[in-house]
Amino acid sequence: MSNIPENLKYSKDHEWVSVEGDVATIGITDYAQSSLGDVVYVDFPRAGDRFAIHEAFGSVESVKAVSEIFTPVGGEVVEVNEGLNDAPESVNNDPYGAGWMVKVKMDNPGEADAMMTSAEYEDYLSSNG
Amino acid sequence: MSITKVTQHPTQNEGLIFERSQTGRVGYRLPKLDVEAANIDEIIPAELRRGDGLADVPEVSEVDVIRHFTRISTWNYSIDLGMYPLGSCTMKYNSRLNEKVARIGGYTNLHPLAPEEETQGALELMYRLQEDLAEITGLPGVSLQPAAGAQGEMTGVMLIRAFLDKRDGEASKDRRVMLIPESAHGTNPASAALAGFTVKAIRANEDGLTDMDHLRELCAEGGVAGLMLTNPNTVGIFETNIKEICETIHNAGGLVYMDGANMNALVGVARPGDMGVDVIHLNLHKTFSTPHGGGGPGCGPCCCTAELAEFLPVPRIEKTGERYHLNYDLPHSIGRVKAFFGNFGMMIRALSYIYTHGAEGLREATETAVLNARYVAAKLKDTYHMPFEADCMHEGIFSHKHQTASGVHTLDIAKRLIDYGFHPPTIYFPLVVEGAMLIEPTESVGRADLDAFVDAMKHIDREARETPELVLGAPHSTRIGRLDEATAARKPVLRWKPDMESLGKSA
Repeated sequence: MSNIPENLKYSKDHEWVSVEGDVATIGITDYAQSSLGDVVYVDFPRAGDRFAIHEAFGSVESVKAVSEIFTPVGGEVVEVNEGLNDAPESVNNDPYGAGWMVKVKMDNPGEADAMMTSAEYEDYLSSNG
Repeated sequence: MSITKVTQHPTQNEGLIFERSQTGRVGYRLPKLDVEAANIDEIIPAELRRGDGLADVPEVSEVDVIRHFTRISTWNYSIDLGMYPLGSCTMKYNSRLNEKVARIGGYTNLHPLAPEEETQGALELMYRLQEDLAEITGLPGVSLQPAAGAQGEMTGVMLIRAFLDKRDGEASKDRRVMLIPESAHGTNPASAALAGFTVKAIRANEDGLTDMDHLRELCAEGGVAGLMLTNPNTVGIFETNIKEICETIHNAGGLVYMDGANMNALVGVARPGDMGVDVIHLNLHKTFSTPHGGGGPGCGPCCCTAELAEFLPVPRIEKTGERYHLNYDLPHSIGRVKAFFGNFGMMIRALSYIYTHGAEGLREATETAVLNARYVAAKLKDTYHMPFEADCMHEGIFSHKHQTASGVHTLDIAKRLIDYGFHPPTIYFPLVVEGAMLIEPTESVGRADLDAFVDAMKHIDREARETPELVLGAPHSTRIGRLDEATAARKPVLRWKPDMESLGKSA
């Protein structure tokens, strides 16, 4: 069974979001990393880039495939996790911690509020996973 | 880093050429100097000389070199060694006759800048190949220039862009959406992006076919420049609504590009031009039996409607009376996409393949390719999960769904197949099927080989249930065991350096 922390919000594309003020930290879920397999490279946007909600902001390359990552909230990228350049395996080993990907200053924090709770995401996984 | 060695046999454990080096060894002996010795400093400028006395260049004899490369050449799996069911790649046999024809001196000694009057034979060959590809695809405009599938694809999309720019003028800038099925080859969206389009993905329905309602919905959103479609699609199923699909795109003001990756299911039986397709690329290295990779070039001709022909790359090869000539004077052409005329050697081989088979033979090859894939599907459908019900065309898609309960996944099944002497199928593609295995036997295998492959797949299924560790640890019969693909991709070692421990010694 996937690890789904209760304090985070989740998207249908298997991203998680942790909100502090109007800044959302975004990563991919335990379920997503497990489906992808060993992650070997993460392609990020640059700080300052702007993305609309659901737009692809980067990609994750695993030994199986390259998959796009979609931002569950719109806004401006304020920080990216440079640490993943040297240690992409953090996405597999610690998806909710060292494996975080970008921090986005949200245009509309309501978008994060509208995302799934951990219980809703768990239901979503059991019906679609 | 660790690599598990399976066999101790010396030919299977050949080191690097650097490790064979012994100071002073050479593979030549020069004759006695019979001219006055010159000082190298006076002949070669300082910036062109290396000052390290050729440090770290391997010092080896001729026999060292021959044995080194012969040994490592035996580590390959090749189409000449056995069945190569790599879905979407059409790994058919490359006949020796093609190779013989491609080595005719009149072709091999021809300079690409030789004048037209001295190259009539080569121009005729290209012209005839163009005519045949036009007949096979039902699309009269042909350029042989693109060097590979992805380049042929990009050429095709650039033709669409050039056509729209001319037709719509300024308004063309509002027509920049390229529709692409979610199961498409990854090169499709890349080509579209390079030609200045944005991509919208079309969903598939539960039968694995284009979702017509979603297609109409996307067309209604407007701005549609075109559609990029593979047919049969990447799950090996023929898009039965292809005429309606093309009509829908045309009514929305767009054009249809077909990815010719799967033409081996259609040659001599059905023509994309008749289906409403505007432009297609072909892979001569798939469908027309020229070699794949191995350093050998590919060839990805682009075929289009008469309407699009004025945009094709220059030079075009044309015929006036009995003379062949090159036409550079096409003001609307997208320009060159490749030096000279493309990879000429591949064109010789492809025409040789077409002439060897003739129309009847090409049709029979297609029918056999489809029959072989369906035979494998029929034999394996109770053992391996098949996500779609429709009969497959030249390749069938399976998944690991029945095996995962014992911890065995697609990657493990693929690795275990190596022990049975087969090249694994394409795995984890297309992405729309979880744990996909795309199996394309091609027409180059007979029933005995197909049965052996089916038996191997059934054995592996039994092993997955009874002795899963055997499958999880595969391969066991190769010179080295299971590779750590994740570390190889995360921390690649791309070249030998003097101060590094060799791979062999650190194993």
